[in-house]
Amino acid sequence: MNPSAEALQRQFGSAIRRVRESCGDTIVTIDPARNREILRWLKDTPEQAYDYLVDITAVEYRDGELPLEVVYELFSLRRKVPLRLKASLSKDQPLEIASVVSLWAGANWLEREVFDMFGITFTDHPDLRRILMWETYAEGYPLRKDFPLRGRFSRSEQVRQALNANPEAHYSMEELSIAEAYYELPADLRERLARGERGHVAEPEGER
Amino acid sequence: MAAKRTLELSLGTTGVDERGLPRPVPLGMEAPELEGAEGAPRLSGEHMLINIGPQHPATHGVLRLVVELDGEVVVRVIPHVGYLHSGFEKLGEYRHYNQLIPLTDRMDYLAPMSNNVCLAMAAEKLMGIEITERCTVLRVIACELSRIISHLVWVGTTGIDLGAFTPFLWLFQEREKIYNLQEQWTGARLTTSLTRVGGLMADIPEGFEDALRGVLRTFPKALNDTDRTLTRNGIWCGRMQGIGALSAEEAINWSLSGPMLRASGVDYDVRKDRPYLDYETYEFDIPIGEHGDVYDRYLVRFEEMRQSVRILEQALDRLPDGPINVDDHRVILPPKHAAMNDMESMIHHFKQVMEGVKAPVGEAYFSLESPKGELGYYFVSDGTAKPVRWRVRPPAFINLAALPRMAEGHLLSDLIAINASVDIVMGEVDR
Repeated sequence: MNPSAEALQRQFGSAIRRVRESCGDTIVTIDPARNREILRWLKDTPEQAYDYLVDITAVEYRDGELPLEVVYELFSLRRKVPLRLKASLSKDQPLEIASVVSLWAGANWLEREVFDMFGITFTDHPDLRRILMWETYAEGYPLRKDFPLRGRFSRSEQVRQALNANPEAHYSMEELSIAEAYYELPADLRERLARGERGHVAEPEGER
Repeated sequence: MAAKRTLELSLGTTGVDERGLPRPVPLGMEAPELEGAEGAPRLSGEHMLINIGPQHPATHGVLRLVVELDGEVVVRVIPHVGYLHSGFEKLGEYRHYNQLIPLTDRMDYLAPMSNNVCLAMAAEKLMGIEITERCTVLRVIACELSRIISHLVWVGTTGIDLGAFTPFLWLFQEREKIYNLQEQWTGARLTTSLTRVGGLMADIPEGFEDALRGVLRTFPKALNDTDRTLTRNGIWCGRMQGIGALSAEEAINWSLSGPMLRASGVDYDVRKDRPYLDYETYEFDIPIGEHGDVYDRYLVRFEEMRQSVRILEQALDRLPDGPINVDDHRVILPPKHAAMNDMESMIHHFKQVMEGVKAPVGEAYFSLESPKGELGYYFVSDGTAKPVRWRVRPPAFINLAALPRMAEGHLLSDLIAINASVDIVMGEVDR
C-alpha cells in the first residue's frame, strides 16, 4: 500500500472516501468537489511530489447503478512512485468536476477527450471542445455504456448527414475571426454560418 | 578554414565554437518580437489564416493545423485531430483480451510489436500471470526492434521535411531488413499481432538469431553514415537548434514523455524507473538532452537507436531455451493435436475461443517505454472476459498537445520542424 494514501487520509479526513489496492496499484477515491485541492496538495507537498500527470480518463461500469469515475494517474518523478486517484460522479447529478489545467498544462487535451467521450464537464477548463469527434457531432458521447457500438444514428442517417454536410464549413467562428477571414467567404456560406447552421442538416419532409 | 567559414555562414546566427562545432542555443530562446521594438521598423502586418492538412505530407498523417500568421511568424496554432478516430477503446469493450491485440497493431503502426507487448503485459498484470523466461527476452527483442524501426522512420521523414532526402533512403533500407525479420517471425510486416496473453503467438523461426545478429552488425554503419551526413550539417543544425525549446519544468507540466521529455533534460524512462521485462538487468544508457529543442530530440532518438542495439545484443546472448507460453491451458490455447485428441484440452480450447479468458474483478495500469513515449494500457474488469474499460494512454496524443506552446512565435517553416520533432503517428493520436 502506498503511504501517500494514509497521508491523504490524515490531511483531508472525510474527503478521502476509500482506499484500496488492485493488482499492486493503490487507488484512492476522493470527494469530487475537492479534487483540485487534493491534487494540488499531492503535487506541491515535498514529501509527496506527484509532479507528473500520467493520464486522466473516466470509467463507466456496465452496472448502471454505479457512478462514473474520473481517474487521475499520477507519478512522482523524484520518488518513482505511482498513485491513482478516482472521483465518483453520481449519474443523477450533472456530470461536473473541476478542471486541473491550472496544475498541469497537459491536462488540457486529456480533459477534452474525457468530455468528448463521456460528456463530463470540466469547470474552468480554458477550451472545452470536442477533440476526437467533430464539433457538430450530434450522436452523444461514444464511450458511454448507453451508446451503441454502431453509433446512435442509422447508417443511412449517417450517410445522409455526411452527404449534406457543407464541405466548406471547416472553420469555427473563432478561427474565422482571424484576419477577418469570415468576410472573404461567399455570401451564401456567410449567411448560413451567421444563422448557426454549421453542420446541421434540415430534416427531410414526411420521414420518421 | 574555408570549410569552417562556410559552416558559419550557413548557420546564420547560431555560430560555431573554436573546435568548429555548431554552438548550441541556450534554453528558452526568446520568441521573435511581434511588435517592433522602439526605433526598429514595425514588421508586423495583417494577420493571415492558413490551413495545413489534413492531407499534407509534412503533417505526418491526417493532422490538421489552422495557423494564424503574422507575416511568416506563427501567432497561433489550432490543431485538429480525430480524422483517424476508429473507436478502438469502445471496440475493446466488446472483445476478449486476446482479440484486442490486432487493434493495437493499428494504433502505433510504426512500432506495432511494442503495442502488442504492452497489451499482453497489461492483461497479464490484471490476471496475475507470470510469463516464461524465454518469452520475457523475446518480448525485449520485439520492443527494441520496434524502437529502432520507429526511430528510423522518424529520422528519415524529418530529414525529408527539412530537405534531406538521402538519409531517408539509407535508413529505410535498414528498416526493410528489420521488417523482413518481423515477417519471418510473425508472418506479417506491419500488423504483427505478436503476443498473446500469457505468451507469444509464435517462437522465433530457425535462423532468426543469426539474421538478427547480421542486422546488428551492419546497422551501426548506416547509423554512422547518417550521423556524418546530418549531425554536423550546417543546414540541419540551423533548422533545428533553438527551435521549439521547452524547459524541463514545462516538459513535465505538459506531461510529455519519451524522447520529447528526455530532450528537455528530464531523466525519466519507463524502462529504468518502472522496470518491466527485467530491463533493470540490461546494461544501457538513457540519453538526456540539455536544451530541449528539436535538435536535442534528434540527438536523443539517434542515441536511443545505438542503445537499442546494445540491448538487443545482450538479449540475444542471454536468450534461454524453454517454452514461450505459460503452462496454463485456461489462458493459452492447447496445441492443436491435443485439442483434437484429448477431452480436457478440447474443453479448454472451446472455452477460450467461445468465452474468452476471464479476468478477476479489479483494474490494472501498465505502461512501457514505446518509441513515442510512455505507452500505457489501463484495464478495468468486472470479472467477465471482456474489459469494462480499456484506456490507452497515447504518448503521441499527449506530446502533440504541446505543439501550440512550442510553435507559437517561431516561423512557419519552423512549425514543420517542430511538428516533425513530436514524432506523432495519427493512428495512435486518434485511436
